[in-house]
Amino acid sequence: MNEKLADTFSKMFDWQATIDLLQYDFVQQALLAAAILGLLAGAIGPLIISRQMSFAVHGTSELSLTGASAALLAGISVGLGAIVGSVFAAVLFALLGSKVRERDSVIGVVLSFGLGLSVLFMWLYPGRTGTSFSLLVGQIVGVGNSGLQLLLVCAVLVLAVLVVVYRPLLFASTDPDVARARGVPVRALSIVFAVLVGVAAALGVQIVGALLVLSLLITPAAAAARITSSPLRTTLFSILFAEIAAVGGILLSLAPGVPVSSFVTTISFVIYLACRAIGSRRGSTGRVAVPA
Amino acid sequence: MTHPAPDAPSVSRTPAVELRGARLAYGDRTLWSGLDLSVEQGEFIAVLGPNGSGKTSLLKVLLGQLPLSEGTATIAGTPARTGNSHVGYVPQQKTMDEGLPLRGRDLVGLGVDGHRWGTGFRSRRSRRTIVDDAIDQVGARAFADAPVGSLSGGEQQRLRVAQALVGDPKVLLCDEPLLSLDLANQHRVSDLINQRRLGHDTAVLFVTHEINPILPLVDRVLYLVDGRFRIGTAAEVMTSEVLSELYQTDVEVLHVRGRLVVVGTGDAIDALGSTGADGIHHEAHE
Repeated sequence: MNEKLADTFSKMFDWQATIDLLQYDFVQQALLAAAILGLLAGAIGPLIISRQMSFAVHGTSELSLTGASAALLAGISVGLGAIVGSVFAAVLFALLGSKVRERDSVIGVVLSFGLGLSVLFMWLYPGRTGTSFSLLVGQIVGVGNSGLQLLLVCAVLVLAVLVVVYRPLLFASTDPDVARARGVPVRALSIVFAVLVGVAAALGVQIVGALLVLSLLITPAAAAARITSSPLRTTLFSILFAEIAAVGGILLSLAPGVPVSSFVTTISFVIYLACRAIGSRRGSTGRVAVPA
Repeated sequence: MTHPAPDAPSVSRTPAVELRGARLAYGDRTLWSGLDLSVEQGEFIAVLGPNGSGKTSLLKVLLGQLPLSEGTATIAGTPARTGNSHVGYVPQQKTMDEGLPLRGRDLVGLGVDGHRWGTGFRSRRSRRTIVDDAIDQVGARAFADAPVGSLSGGEQQRLRVAQALVGDPKVLLCDEPLLSLDLANQHRVSDLINQRRLGHDTAVLFVTHEINPILPLVDRVLYLVDGRFRIGTAAEVMTSEVLSELYQTDVEVLHVRGRLVVVGTGDAIDALGSTGADGIHHEAHE
């Protein structure tokens, strides 16, 4: 067995080392950041699932990488660059994509170009390659106080907007034709939601990295939708699963010093598998025998 | 003058839907023009015609989603606009994603207050009462808690009717609500719509390809073909003479076992169903 892997396993359950590390400010900041992101991702996820936007979220996070690497090169705030990049991408996808089929290919086209650009930016960056690599796979432990502040402000804003638009957004996301007939501004809401997703994806990039944002934005919601179909319960479970994955992933990664993202993705994947198993055992839910 | 004629009240009532000199055009293509239609409260109007004749566009005008090129459209006395709470809308059945986290009762609940801002968390009790009531009215209790993606077409459409009725509409706009339903469910869904109009004097505009399932319910027919149209009772409009004139070809309306069979229009409205349609299509061109 690979020595590094064996070392990881032995250290993973070294609780003393974990507890020691928890004394550090940067570790506590990282945990807080993960908790905020878990709440945000868990709350937005079910709407992404309802709108069948998984691929758009993937594209959005790739473009936030482009924004972040450009910011890194320009020497401005990486977090801000990530947000600008992903909001731009999300709004672009929302404007283009009224037809799912068309949206699919457009996202693929834009995504690959954005990735190409970010590779160029990273190559041009004169500093340590580790800094740019962390944008791909995430580096929450480096979140710091200023990063935490940005995260907190963005999370509060996103959640506040989400609370205001929640009902019509749910209507527009699940039943667009009737929503439109009832006067819900379906198109405007899709742009608003794109901005929310863009911000959430950009924040996720800092924790699990651009490549793995889906594991917090999509997987917990997809898992929740397997075990319930009530929108409220789906959202609550989705938040719970996202918190377990984000916070739990950091806790497990502390002692062995393995990249956080591998734990976050593994935990959320395991939760998803478990929910699939539970969901398929329950079979067709919600039907009761009432004589017609 | 002090004693109004016995039928005066029905005349003085505001029409549920009124179109005056209505013209709708996309660019230089006019779908229909000079359309005058006044729908009384509680009246059941079938809107018929081949694809592309502007039936669905007519509903969009009344929903305020499409402006008229000319003329006026009013709903219960006020100009047609989006988000009019007097209007209920029943769309055609469509496949919903299996994994969509939405139950039948949520679909109905969105009809109650889905268009309002906020989470609606505080009004959930009153919403629940309204939703339960509507679900019972359409006999959907057995599957109200099932995910919408798992519902059959008939189940979905019964919930669609409930969703449209919870807003307590004065006008029900139905866009092919029976499409792809089996015969039993066609009758069930159209009966639910009919019960509502009888019980609450709700006007119904019912866009359909197939008049037979609703033939006994229909007060008047609006038949649109290529910009030509005819309004009248089913007996007046559904005749060989009228339809031949509308289609400008030889069309025959046959009465077969209480059903109307239209032959020779060359499109899917031939009421023999899709299997018979091809044969008729050929006949029409020979």
